[in-house]
Amino acid sequence: MEWFNALLADNRIFTPDTLGYYWEGLVTTTQLVFLSLLVGLVLAVPLSILRGSKHKWIKLPIYTYTYVFRGTPLLIQLYIIYYGVVFFDGIQETFLWPMLREAFYPALIAFTLNTAAYTTEIFHGAIKSTARGEIEAARAYGMSPGLTMRRIILPSAFRRALPAYGNEVIFMLHASAIASVVTLMDITGAARFVYARYYAPFEAFLFAAAIYLCLTFAILFFFRHLEKRLLAHLRPQSG
Amino acid sequence: MKKLLTVSILGLAIAAGSAHARDYDHVRFGVDVPYEPMEYRTPEGELTGFDIDLGNALCEEIGITCEWIEQEWDGIIPGLLSRNYDAIMSSMTINDERRETVLFSEPYITPPSAWFAPADSDLEETTEETLEGKTIGVQRGTLQDNYVTDMYGDVASVSRYSTADDMVLDMQAQRLDIVFLDFPVGKSTLLDSESRDYKVVGETITEPKEYFGDGFGIAFRPRDEALADRFNEALATLQEDGTYDEIFERYFGEE
Repeated sequence: MEWFNALLADNRIFTPDTLGYYWEGLVTTTQLVFLSLLVGLVLAVPLSILRGSKHKWIKLPIYTYTYVFRGTPLLIQLYIIYYGVVFFDGIQETFLWPMLREAFYPALIAFTLNTAAYTTEIFHGAIKSTARGEIEAARAYGMSPGLTMRRIILPSAFRRALPAYGNEVIFMLHASAIASVVTLMDITGAARFVYARYYAPFEAFLFAAAIYLCLTFAILFFFRHLEKRLLAHLRPQSG
Repeated sequence: MKKLLTVSILGLAIAAGSAHARDYDHVRFGVDVPYEPMEYRTPEGELTGFDIDLGNALCEEIGITCEWIEQEWDGIIPGLLSRNYDAIMSSMTINDERRETVLFSEPYITPPSAWFAPADSDLEETTEETLEGKTIGVQRGTLQDNYVTDMYGDVASVSRYSTADDMVLDMQAQRLDIVFLDFPVGKSTLLDSESRDYKVVGETITEPKEYFGDGFGIAFRPRDEALADRFNEALATLQEDGTYDEIFERYFGEE
């Protein structure tokens, strides 16, 4: 601890106070990204299956949704949701307001819808590229379409989607940096606060960048591990 | 150490020499818009406000031309230091913290800060008890931000905005319970607005000096002492010949 105190003693920027802000920012960013990815994933699985439906009226709305959310910047989506909701008259009186009042939930909604759109397309692509033979074999065994989806298509599709999905997780972490424009104190928000208070852009943003790097490293490690386990059958067999 | 000192003094001397050599005939002002009535745009898009009019009058008095460059508040001092503009005239309060980084002119106006809340709010005074659990709006990096963060950061949640109008928007949306602003700005954006009724909570605030400083000044790079002197002289002239009062009345009426 002594070296740590010595390190802090000689500067006026990284005081326990400002480190507290960075910590608060780390917690907010992690919550925001983790929750939006979780909910986004839950939404994306059924959507990606329905996205491949033969019926136009099921397929088209989902395609429109993913197209709109992938075709516009996340920042714009965040602005629309954060500032847009208050233009509905009387929203302040509804049961939704306690949530929409905080900056956290509008940001969570925007991030969730955005990542769900991307994840839907990633999974849809993986499902579509399932080998024809696997599906035919399943049918030959007398599996119903539902069972085929559950036992054959989804497990192999998820495995194939894993590397692309890992990228999406990292993109989401980095995209979350815009949360500070709607007053959220995330990692970037903490950096902007320190920057504005001490006029120290380099220190403030370099420190934030270092935190993002650590988070990215953790995510990479997790997905590397997951891929090693789940994609083991793709590795060349030795011995 | 001694050598280092000599070298740095030498460096300073050279820097000071070159600063003298540089005679400004054109000054670029950094300004954070909107901050009504200090600086804002008319519906026609024209930049106006107390700072703008006074700044232009000062330049005219000195006999130089000037230009206004918009810059968001939280990057306004770094922008000055990285030479995006030569001075800041944007309702910047003179205080010791900023004096370490920039050189200030004499104060040209000394407005207080004040708390603003919706008229139907039950907030009557601002103490740690009454503000507990409330959401307070401030503009990021302002002295109001520093004051609120240090005094109430532990009991209330502080929402920080890049621009004052984002904050007013969220005030109207009822996301904020109370905001802390320069009084003239709060008066013109909240009290005089027609959308909802607002009130001032408690007294206007000018103390402690540690936060609220000595009024608004024009900020220069530390080496531009000569330029700051020219502006100080011009300010004194305008205050004597009545031009200053005329501009003051244009924006604040008779107060």
